Amino acid sequence: MHSVLTRGNAILAYTLSVLAALTFCCFISTVFIDYRAKATMNTVKVVVKNVPDYSASREKNDLGFLTFDLQTDLTHLFNWNVKQLFLYLTAEYSTPTNKLNQVVLWDKIILRGENAVLDFKNMNTKYYFWDDGNGLKGNPNVTLTLSWNIIPNAGLLPSIFAFGQHVFRFPSEYTTSRV
Amino acid sequence: MFQNLFDDVKRMNKRQFLYQVLSFGMIVSSALMIWKGLMVVTGSESPIVVVLSGSMEPAFHRGDLLFLTNYKEEPVRVGEIVVFKVEGRDIPIVHRVLKLHEKVNGTVKFLTKGDNNSVDDRGLYAPGQLWLTKKDVVGRARGFLPYVGMVTIYMNEYPKFKVSEKQNT
Repeated sequence: MHSVLTRGNAILAYTLSVLAALTFCCFISTVFIDYRAKATMNTVKVVVKNVPDYSASREKNDLGFLTFDLQTDLTHLFNWNVKQLFLYLTAEYSTPTNKLNQVVLWDKIILRGENAVLDFKNMNTKYYFWDDGNGLKGNPNVTLTLSWNIIPNAGLLPSIFAFGQHVFRFPSEYTTSRV
Repeated sequence: MFQNLFDDVKRMNKRQFLYQVLSFGMIVSSALMIWKGLMVVTGSESPIVVVLSGSMEPAFHRGDLLFLTNYKEEPVRVGEIVVFKVEGRDIPIVHRVLKLHEKVNGTVKFLTKGDNNSVDDRGLYAPGQLWLTKKDVVGRARGFLPYVGMVTIYMNEYPKFKVSEKQNT
């Protein structure tokens, strides 16, 4: 009557349902947590060039160069259902060709247990700041924002904007020297 | 084992046999109803996907499950994880939006990159394709469940495992 197979089956089924219940509890316990935090950022050097974009159309596009400072403390965001934070620094602006442009300049993965106190000075961007056209030169209103995407152990994947942003303008002349 | 099964069927009368067939049909059709219902609720043509590659590690590993939505009125934004199809590839790709340009008339073009890849996805797109647009998107990742999709990966990679499983039951 109680063969090895039936016993094994019962144990497996019970284990799976307990795991499912625990996972659900883990999910529900962290759904309503407010994951917002403060961040301060600043640009140090801002330069714009006009060069051919060989990775795309080969036409001459505006290419921005900037270095930035960033201070934030995200330690309190971590709990038992946060496996990883994906931080990204976005530049948002509008041009005559596009009403909305968003370019990620830099990103960082912070796993739970790693240092989440960030203090960067004069950091270079990780990705090229290509515009889709020639809308960067003299652009008076480029907004830098820091956001993070929370990767849980199980649950929702919210994206959160940090409090605090930085607005800067690009110079109205192209730089011809090497940067 | 198969012999036993057929003996059982032989011993049943017509009504019992019909009952078995009907309850089997109920299981199949309710599974289909749940899947199609999810498609309606989420607006995505495949509301649940299994991650098949390590390009988003350490966030998503092979065999993790993602729940997608694809509401037309919700705009795509940078930093979102999108699942998209590329012409000439049958498997959809799960990557993060890196750059986005939206015109006044609402047309959006964007570029994606896997967290674990060092370069953006232009090399993965169809030849000559520089940007993704809304019609390429299958869904946006909203929920995450680890490991559960491993079962389907094993079934696809080791068809023998699938067969032996069937024989055991």
